[in-house]
Amino acid sequence: MKLPTTQLTRLLALLLAFGLVAAACGGSDAEDGSDAGSSTDSSEEATDDSAADSTDDGGEDAAADSDACGAGATTVGFLYVGPKDDFGYNQAAYEAAVAMGESTGVEVLHAENVPETIEDAVPVMEDMIAQGATILFPTSYGHFQPAVEVAAAHPDVCVVHQGQLESSLDEPLDNLGTYFASVFEPVYLAGIAAGSVTESNTMGYIYAFPIPQTLQNINAFALGAQSVNPDAEVIAVSTADWCDPAKQAQAAQTLLDQGADVLTQHQDCTKTIIETAEAAGAYSVGYHYDASELAPEGWITGSDWAWTPLYVDIVETMIAGEFVASPYNGDYRIGYQDADAPFVAFEPSEFGAVVDDDTKAAVADALASLTADEDGDGVGDFNIFAGPISDRDGEVRIPDGTAPTYTELDELMGFASWFVAGVEGSLE
Amino acid sequence: MIEAILVGAVRGGTSIVYATVGETITERSGVLNLGTEGSMLAGALAAYAIGVETGSPWLGAVAGLVAGLALSLVHALLVITRGANQVATGLAVTFLGIGLTSLYGQGYVSQGVVPFESVAIPGLADLPFLGPILFDHDPLTYLSFAIVPAAWWLLYRTGLGLRIRAAGERPDVLSTMGTSPARVRWTAVAIGGALAGLGGAQLATAFARTWSEDMVAGKGFIAVALVIFAGWNPLLTIAGAYLFSGAVAFELELQARGAGISIFVLDAIPYLVVLAVLALLSGRRRHAAPESLDSVFDTGGA
Repeated sequence: MKLPTTQLTRLLALLLAFGLVAAACGGSDAEDGSDAGSSTDSSEEATDDSAADSTDDGGEDAAADSDACGAGATTVGFLYVGPKDDFGYNQAAYEAAVAMGESTGVEVLHAENVPETIEDAVPVMEDMIAQGATILFPTSYGHFQPAVEVAAAHPDVCVVHQGQLESSLDEPLDNLGTYFASVFEPVYLAGIAAGSVTESNTMGYIYAFPIPQTLQNINAFALGAQSVNPDAEVIAVSTADWCDPAKQAQAAQTLLDQGADVLTQHQDCTKTIIETAEAAGAYSVGYHYDASELAPEGWITGSDWAWTPLYVDIVETMIAGEFVASPYNGDYRIGYQDADAPFVAFEPSEFGAVVDDDTKAAVADALASLTADEDGDGVGDFNIFAGPISDRDGEVRIPDGTAPTYTELDELMGFASWFVAGVEGSLE
Repeated sequence: MIEAILVGAVRGGTSIVYATVGETITERSGVLNLGTEGSMLAGALAAYAIGVETGSPWLGAVAGLVAGLALSLVHALLVITRGANQVATGLAVTFLGIGLTSLYGQGYVSQGVVPFESVAIPGLADLPFLGPILFDHDPLTYLSFAIVPAAWWLLYRTGLGLRIRAAGERPDVLSTMGTSPARVRWTAVAIGGALAGLGGAQLATAFARTWSEDMVAGKGFIAVALVIFAGWNPLLTIAGAYLFSGAVAFELELQARGAGISIFVLDAIPYLVVLAVLALLSGRRRHAAPESLDSVFDTGGA
């Protein structure tokens, strides 16, 4: 039985179906419209609805009286790989971006959930440039290639990428820089606390990808724990995703079943793992953002980003037209080791009730030795990764007498390279 | 290790069990619904949001069921009543679900909720081996144990089940008997959407304890594949769902034990398992497919 109008009906239905797809895409990109109110009035949400139509013209004449990129900037764009309310990496960056806007008076554009691909991230940045942005902060590790593309196409726009190294490029760009904070230092301190608290001497580390920062964190956590508890072991498990809550829950259960009584993580969204640990009566070490409210019983401590002072300094440097001559136009890394740095870009979370006074004192001692500069060379005296350090197979990776700088460390502990002894988990 | 994998299979597989059972009922009526992924997302967000607002995970579960059902009705309207291509429509409904939940889920990302807690069944939970695998779960997981035989009973022991199967095999006969295949299919699609929504609710409020954009991450599509694995038999859906999530648990277990395999290969294992099983079984299963599954729009306009 055939309807007489079958063809017309199908055509209509097909159009409607395409409409639904379009609605879906529009919806997911325009999501910032229902902002929960934490952003300021001057902050405006970027959508990439118009990105496909936007041209390069917007940014070309946007620079003020100086030729330097970002000089006189009034608008700054931020890209996040995930949602701004993830209790994690993106929330920390978002809140610091808002605070930076309040402090410097620039208008801040935000784009959440920007995938780490050139097809997705470049149009978002082009759209921000069309809206007048002359400074861009792509904040996720995988936003680097899109950032390079945009920087090359817009010499008058400053692009600073959070996470990777500009020196990895064959040709450095005048208007591009990379920055990050050596967050493995507070992670080492958290490792001291966790190594003291663990009863099973087994701690689980749930991570996304074996990138240098992650390996530094896992190795620093293990070294910190072993500095107070030589029997402490870390089991590292990858979810192969920055935020897949179901996989996180599954990974957390696997680690708890393996006897881990402390769970920590390098994920963008942190809630699932912390709540799973808490429900199982295990301890939690947070990352990115203070999530202690999620684990009233088992919270140990954590490492939180505190990007605001760095963002403010970067933006003010650019507005003054001084980016090219600044340390931000290259590989910029800060941490406790910079004895002269005016600020760090992270802070340890508050301790939970399970941490005793002796442990707090041990953490404070380690922190003091990281920042102490007795010999006055501008570098802290205690380097977490000072050689000799061998990998778990016994091969010496950091030779005796070597105290790697932050940028050298990214080379010494490259992608999927090595774990220290006492870390279990696949890596190849 | 086997016990840990089986525990992981049940814990991680519950949401997929619901979706697969639901899709089985839908497909038995002769409708393919690729919008299952979208219904799961709608269910996950609705359950989480209502859970946050009311503090009751049970009200959340009801909301998840209703949201999954509501989205599936879009599919029913377009495919059954308007005769649209069911593959394109199902995909569009899923994208609609992704978009709507991203939009309305903004305020709920990682917000607090009262999640379902695990309830160990006294006595049984202490059994060696079987105790942790079967008797230490959240209430929605226990409910899923009952949903599977209930779906079988519905399909093979009730009048509605007979009509659903008839709509899938011989809608012309059903029509001759004075029953509208379209109306039966609407019912079957709605049941499938409701169960997918309940699966999403379990994912957000019992398993992952969070809402995050696109958190279903393909489980709805896996469910559609597992229907074929199960040969459209609701009793076998549970095996398919546990096979997939058991493969996830197996992969994580291998990592934790330091297997010298790339994590990227390990991450692909659950999907490779489903593909391999489909490749092995599809020849044998083909006869089990409801006859009018690929021609719904030609026979449904009664």
